[in-house]
Amino acid sequence: MTPVMFDLFVRSFWETVIMTAASGAISLLAGLPLGLALVATGRGGIAENLWINRILAAIVNGFRSVPFIILLVALIPVTRFIVGTSIGMWAAIVPLSIAATPYYARMAEVSLREVDRGLVEAVRAMGGNRWTIVREVLVPEALPSLVAGFTVTLITLIGASAMAGAIGAGGLGDLAIRYGYQRFETAVMIAVVAVLILVVCAIQWAGDRLVARLDHKA
Amino acid sequence: MTLQQTPAGHPADAESGREPVVRLSGVRRHFGQTPAIDGVSLTVRKGEILGLIGRSGAGKSTLIRCLNGLERPDSGSIQIEGREITKLSEEELQPVRRRIGMIFQHFNLLSRKTVEENIALPLKIAGWTKEKRLARAAELIDLVGLSGKARSYPSALSGGQKQRVGIARALAASPALLLSDEATSALDPETTASILELLKDINKRLGVTILLITHEMEVIRTIADRVAVIDAGRIVEEGPVWSVFANPHTETTRNMLSGIRPNLPPHVAARLVGEPSGEAILGVDLSGPDAGNLLAGLSAELPDGFRLVHGGVDHIQQQSVARFFIGIPPAADALARAIAYLQRHGAKVEVLGHDPRHV
Repeated sequence: MTPVMFDLFVRSFWETVIMTAASGAISLLAGLPLGLALVATGRGGIAENLWINRILAAIVNGFRSVPFIILLVALIPVTRFIVGTSIGMWAAIVPLSIAATPYYARMAEVSLREVDRGLVEAVRAMGGNRWTIVREVLVPEALPSLVAGFTVTLITLIGASAMAGAIGAGGLGDLAIRYGYQRFETAVMIAVVAVLILVVCAIQWAGDRLVARLDHKA
Repeated sequence: MTLQQTPAGHPADAESGREPVVRLSGVRRHFGQTPAIDGVSLTVRKGEILGLIGRSGAGKSTLIRCLNGLERPDSGSIQIEGREITKLSEEELQPVRRRIGMIFQHFNLLSRKTVEENIALPLKIAGWTKEKRLARAAELIDLVGLSGKARSYPSALSGGQKQRVGIARALAASPALLLSDEATSALDPETTASILELLKDINKRLGVTILLITHEMEVIRTIADRVAVIDAGRIVEEGPVWSVFANPHTETTRNMLSGIRPNLPPHVAARLVGEPSGEAILGVDLSGPDAGNLLAGLSAELPDGFRLVHGGVDHIQQQSVARFFIGIPPAADALARAIAYLQRHGAKVEVLGHDPRHV
């Protein structure tokens, strides 16, 4: 691999890391409250409101059913409004976040729904309000599962970020397509795939370790 | 002395003067077409342990959940410490719930909080400072016998220890009433006994009023002062435990007691015949101070003796409750004399039949 190629490789690696981290952080901050809202407004939830629940579910499903590559293009006006441009790494973070948020919201919803209802009842019986239930029961009890879901979301984002090359976002996936695939540079392709495997394994390992530390169930 | 009389000095006497902690009247709750609670009126007085017993589906869980507003009745009145709670909003109910501790069949401890954090949670909700709530949690950990476990997580505890945490948590905010929802149903018999012992001790030492629901008469017998039997959403029988055990008035109660009171063994019952041939088998019930001496007196009365088939004297709330089955030999007037003697001493006597095997 030439020094120029190596520099390009390192730059692409960091682009992937930044895109994944930034859109991961946004999807966590937006997806967790959305997941909580889905559980809270659902049947038997702590703030049951089936109309709001249906509307939220429809929005989440709508975004999740659009293929990412189409979402990437369709969101160009929104991206331009937020970032000022529709090209480059920062521009790619907008559609990545918008795609990952409903994805993580559903993951969080499943995690939160699995919290034993008896625990919610116990805290209600103590005189706790809804906020107490969220803070002391739902989020802490679901935390290991919420972390596991976030790990999956991050790994999915690494894959999705490869497509962001279509709007000039860079990143390892983009590098593999342009050099490895289109210019038949097999060495680049192999290097990219090897690094991606390492990154995914590292994230999964870190996530699993964290889950094991957080989980106190027998 | 008859069964209906309450001996002087019994706790049941003193209770009638005490103020009620809970007063239910005409409480109804329907799920769709089926009534879960169908007009229940019940009073729990300060300092007593009232056991509410019923089969699963009898409505007891729904009823206990109405007391802290986890479940709302369709109609009727529920007063907690004199305050009507049926009309309160969810926010207004929260301070009322802080006056009521609750323990659960499956403990409902938070898995990611330590023992002390679990116990301190009601205090956190009530707005205590961290220092004060940990001090209070430490007191309660000692009270329930879990010293050294403050920093353990529930997953490291046995079922009995988990329920002890549940009890400590329920008592943390010094409630006026403790609700126990099948608290021992998931525990083995030995652990059940130790948990019931703890509840009784708490009732005595702290004077906490306890309403417990269960489907096990053994639990009622061990711990309760009074019992209410619920069936199909209605209270069918209510009274001091010893008196209900000695003289159950309804079929439901008799069925629930069948595992715990002596019954005529089935192989004996099977060979009984109606016409007088062989030994007459009598069922005898008596409670009160005479219960223990009854058989000795009877053998003096009958020169030919009699045969004890089954049963004996039980002690419930310091009351002697006798229930036995005896065989009277077919001699001239033995049966008539036996019945006369037993009835003279206040016993309830029933001729169940004759056993041709014993002549």
